[in-house]
Amino acid sequence: MFDNVFGIHEQALLLHGQRLGVLATNIANADTPNYKARDIDFSEVLSRSNDAPLALNVTQGAHISLSDGSTPAADLKYRNPYQASLDGNTVEMPVEQAAFAENNVRYQASLGFINTQIAELTLAINGQ
Amino acid sequence: MSLFNIFNTAGSGLNAQTIRLNTTASNLANAESVNGDSTKIYRARHPVFQSIMDESAASFDGEDAGVGVRVAGVVESNTPPTMRYAPENPLANKDGYVFTSNVNSIEEMTNMISANRSFSTNVEAINTARDLLLKTIAMGH
Repeated sequence: MFDNVFGIHEQALLLHGQRLGVLATNIANADTPNYKARDIDFSEVLSRSNDAPLALNVTQGAHISLSDGSTPAADLKYRNPYQASLDGNTVEMPVEQAAFAENNVRYQASLGFINTQIAELTLAINGQ
Repeated sequence: MSLFNIFNTAGSGLNAQTIRLNTTASNLANAESVNGDSTKIYRARHPVFQSIMDESAASFDGEDAGVGVRVAGVVESNTPPTMRYAPENPLANKDGYVFTSNVNSIEEMTNMISANRSFSTNVEAINTARDLLLKTIAMGH
């Protein structure tokens, strides 16, 4: 009954957490020569999470079962810089900061949706 | 990569920028130091940054997710020193010349501003991650 109570927001929260880590890595490497900035293509990963994951049969004890696909694997992609820099670094600080701020808001939005859901459930359970 | 890894990532950035600020301070302090021997002068030092690729953090389809930055080493600038005629200087060589360090003060100042900005951004990343973690922990309350 409570399997899918949070809908897409549960996965969105996890993905936003991952993306925050990727962006933090970009920011930490803003001055590293030859470092290539990376990011997660958010809409692509989230749209893939709606597809039913391919099941893998476990016929022997030594087989490793795949995860249930609840957290879709995120593809890391390289960012195209607006302006190439001489040291081969593709981190553009304003772009990263904007993405970081945007991701922060989206994370808190997902968290807000989940909190509302919990409040509604609590209300339903208490019945008052 | 969970939110907790951001503390490591941004923390390594803070560490690297601190080392950069340290070398800048050292360079500026020695900007006016002189020596009569051109091989013994103070040479400007600069850190070389390198991103850390950690296999254990490979959580993205087997790709290595970088987990931060480290200082691979400190290199000395090989810009030739300037020679100045100062026979009254006790360090002057037999011809009366002293060699000044090859520190470029303007370059050091801009380096300092850049390090300062990067440091602040990393602190901001840590603060954001902390806020989000605290809000996540308080989920449902």
